[in-house]
Amino acid sequence: MRPFIYTRANSPSFAVQTFPSGSAGPDVESPGQYLAGGTNLIDLMKIDVLRPQHVIDINALASSPLGIISTNAQELRLGALVHMADAADHPEINRAVPVIAQSLRLAASQQLRNMASLGGNVLQRTRCPYYRDVSYSQCNKRRPGSGCAALDGFNRMHAVLGTSDQCIATYPGDFAQALIALDAQVELQGANGTRAISVGALHRRPGDRPDLETTLAPGEMITAFVIKPAPWMRRSLYLKIRDRGSYEFALASAAVAMDLEDGRVREARIALGGVATVPWRAQAAEALLRDQLFSEANAQAAADAAFAGARTREHNAFKVELGKRTLKRALTEVAAMEA
Amino acid sequence: MSAAAPQPLANMGAPEPRMDGRAKVTGEARYPSDMPVSNPAFAFLVTSAIAKGRINAIDQMRARAVPGVLDIFTHENTGDLKEIKFASGGAGASTSIQQLGPEVFHDGQIIAMVVADTFEAAREAAYALKVDYAEAPAAPSFDSPGVETEDVTQLHDSAKDIPSVGDVEAALAGADVVVDAQYGTPTQHHNPIELFTTTCVWNGDRLTVHEPSQFMYGLKNNVARKLDVGPEQVRTISHFVGGAFGSKAQLTPRTGLVAFAARKLHRPVKLVATRDQGFTIATYRAETRHRIRLGARRDGKLVGYEHEGFEITSRPDKYFVAGVEDAARLYAYGAVKTKVNIVHADRNTPGFMRSPPVVPYIYAIETAMDELAAKLGMDPVEFRRVNDTTTDPISGKPYSSRSLMQCYDQAAAAFRWMARDPHPGSMRDGDWLIGWGCATAVYPTHFGSATARVRLLANGDVRVQTAAHDLGTGAYTVIGQMAAERLGVPFSAVKTELGDSELPPASVAGGSNTTASCCSAVMKACHAIRAKLFHAAATANEGPLAGQQISGLTLRDGKVAAEGAEEPLAETFKRLGVGAIEEYAESAPPGAPADAIASLYAGKPTLSGGAHGKKLMYAFGAEFVEVRVHKDTCEIRVPRAVGAFAGGRIMNTRTAHSQLMGGMIWGISSALHEATEIDPVRARYVNDNLADYLVPVNADVQAVDVILVPEVDPDVNPAGVKGLGELGNVGTAAAVSNAVYHATGRRIRQLPIRLEKLL
Repeated sequence: MRPFIYTRANSPSFAVQTFPSGSAGPDVESPGQYLAGGTNLIDLMKIDVLRPQHVIDINALASSPLGIISTNAQELRLGALVHMADAADHPEINRAVPVIAQSLRLAASQQLRNMASLGGNVLQRTRCPYYRDVSYSQCNKRRPGSGCAALDGFNRMHAVLGTSDQCIATYPGDFAQALIALDAQVELQGANGTRAISVGALHRRPGDRPDLETTLAPGEMITAFVIKPAPWMRRSLYLKIRDRGSYEFALASAAVAMDLEDGRVREARIALGGVATVPWRAQAAEALLRDQLFSEANAQAAADAAFAGARTREHNAFKVELGKRTLKRALTEVAAMEA
Repeated sequence: MSAAAPQPLANMGAPEPRMDGRAKVTGEARYPSDMPVSNPAFAFLVTSAIAKGRINAIDQMRARAVPGVLDIFTHENTGDLKEIKFASGGAGASTSIQQLGPEVFHDGQIIAMVVADTFEAAREAAYALKVDYAEAPAAPSFDSPGVETEDVTQLHDSAKDIPSVGDVEAALAGADVVVDAQYGTPTQHHNPIELFTTTCVWNGDRLTVHEPSQFMYGLKNNVARKLDVGPEQVRTISHFVGGAFGSKAQLTPRTGLVAFAARKLHRPVKLVATRDQGFTIATYRAETRHRIRLGARRDGKLVGYEHEGFEITSRPDKYFVAGVEDAARLYAYGAVKTKVNIVHADRNTPGFMRSPPVVPYIYAIETAMDELAAKLGMDPVEFRRVNDTTTDPISGKPYSSRSLMQCYDQAAAAFRWMARDPHPGSMRDGDWLIGWGCATAVYPTHFGSATARVRLLANGDVRVQTAAHDLGTGAYTVIGQMAAERLGVPFSAVKTELGDSELPPASVAGGSNTTASCCSAVMKACHAIRAKLFHAAATANEGPLAGQQISGLTLRDGKVAAEGAEEPLAETFKRLGVGAIEEYAESAPPGAPADAIASLYAGKPTLSGGAHGKKLMYAFGAEFVEVRVHKDTCEIRVPRAVGAFAGGRIMNTRTAHSQLMGGMIWGISSALHEATEIDPVRARYVNDNLADYLVPVNADVQAVDVILVPEVDPDVNPAGVKGLGELGNVGTAAAVSNAVYHATGRRIRQLPIRLEKLL
């Protein structure tokens, strides 16, 4: 196998100090990678897509605040090393923020959810087959400047929102959509200390640098996600439409939350999955619903607005109509919830 | 008795648990790549990254520098391997592309193999090989510029008999109602969970090959030819097979290469190919297209049926399945005209995949039947009843047995079909549209040449040996059950040995013939043992059976028995003065050539049945499916399916149930999930892994009920068995498709039915 250095970190500061300097980011010669659940990294190393020189195992940090879920009146705090399954099954999360629990429960399989961490989950790499198979010479994400085979290849699963002429790879996850719908913050630790940013600012659209997937600084590590209570959290859900009943990525999904009073929408939050290159907040759609009586017509108008900028390719044109129907259904169902 | 182990009805054997079940679930079962060999080297394949072109050069410098690398095999140092062609036994003739280069014929062609001290080193070196190609434009499929179409009847004399009778044009012109429609099915890959593996060990000039196989003697003889050694020098072993579905029936290029490397390196070599490599180093189910014209009178009587099929194959090979042979026998059609074409594309060669001819062709005709029933305003079950037949619409030959309508009636009753509102879109549950559909399952009953050796000890212990294959189907168990029954001993006293070319040969595990063929050979060997025992008991000077008519004797409960008299087996063995009786028997189908068994030893099976004998021999079933389609987002779910099947003698209701249920689930998969996607520009398989190649997960499979319909058919073979392995997955896709039509009013004529087709 390709040799690499393996280090087990026993503190976050040790981990970030150990992270090798030099260019970072997701490109194939990335000098370092943090290892948490390993459900994505190990796969990508075995198929030669990721070739880190140094793997820093941070699982021992699960006994620190990184491994803890805490809830109180001020915030819901999810440590980055909390397993997806533990957050999905957490009674208070299920009661207070169903969209979080559902987005996790509808992802992957129970076995993977038992292994995978929340921090790793939001950084999950795309399932674009041309990215994941190094025998394809064209992939701007994997080999900057080499081209994009998906543009004229088989692109049924690819994105229609947030694409560029360089990359149309879909962001595959579910949980991040719930986070951005709720304006969650992500806490980061790096060599120069800690900071917090909005989860919505974590992912980068491909633009002309599809190899740069996030705004993380080299070696910067996710330590926690923080959600402030808001009146729309109880009335929230995640709707995921896919080709089979379980264990499959979304063709289209919607994380929605709504503050509804006497049929009037005080606030609506919408994020879309399966259709975009990054976790996709649909603010124009939210604005159309806000301060209006909820109606089928308004839901339709919001869905149309959410996909106004969609750009389709040969095999994925259906995602516009499917995405609209998914969002409209999600809004209708969330409005009907008892909350 | 649980649902998984149904109470045997008439002509059905007990639901004995699988003989190998415990070994498999405890991990004790050794699959071929688990077999311990001394100091193995590990191989990793390198496959082509282009679908068509030429290898200019392979730069091995970095790869050879990886520590532990022993050798790298390419077309430049494997010229000693023979190019062989081999007839494939079933439909058509097939070769596989066997050269490593420099010409590249398809995506994922094996172009090199690295052998190293460890798997990891071999893999790293394989990734480090730099291949310089001259790439040429490739034609992936139908409609691609550059594909070539051939009518199979023009290929060679032995091309399939393409059925035709009467004047279809006139018949359709006179029909009251006609359906004229085109259907399509996608590429599918078998994806057995056990990967394609080969381990080769040389001991002097003798080679042992551990490889999962559906044909021990075929593998043995073809490996020998590939390496230009005598077949007696080659032994093939495959005690367990972790799924095959046709993908492990033929010699493929890797085996000769691994054997060649092991010989050169004087060391055992083990190869476990990766999942994605399995998509291109073995075979697959070709995509097909169909045009059907089907006409009936107003009263529902069919008058004419025209079916033209198109099947993808590779550039060099003329592989086809031509399921019109079976589709044309399904109903009293009146006039029939069929035609089959192959379309050569830049692809690897397709091959057998569970129920090869009937899966695509029966999907097409059974969907057309539903379309015509809808046009006629007839119930689809009644439409089939009106057109049921007991004779071949082509030749007039009778069916040996045909229980199609019994299957329909039992399955319809269990499904509560009578509650169906026939109008599309009429049945609903909240936001979900409900649809009910049905279709016919059919599979030709094959009977093949086979041999077996059976040994009975005086203490009643039995050993059965035949080089047959248990692909997870229950072959160990049902073959053992036949010996237990014929020798009158408990099933627990029988040990079955399979999967080794040192054992007497059995036919290829294809065409669902194993149970019929092997049980018939075992029966024959058991009858020879019985004859010796009966003779000894009846001609003895004394004893309880002395002087009995031999025809009145039987074996039961470890005794030789007659009406009112019996003696323990041990007594009879004493009379014979032996401790064991061992009999070897050969069984060949009627009409087989005189050298059929000699050919079997040489790796060539003889199969009869289907449309080819004096009577038509087919197994039938009827499948009913409920689908639910969301009114807005159009996800398709299958909450329940019911199938009723008649297969002559059922050896074991548990293994039969399991085969049929698994088949129906695969049918649901064919309808809704499975398709190998091919890049339209690069002619390369895109979703070549089990995450992206969708098969149903537990959440997709809810109630699946299997009904075994009693049937007796003494004509098919001595055992009276019709193979069931490839019956359950036939017709299911049409039943699902017909149910989707009933739910939505939308007729989708291309599989799989993905939700975007319903938006």
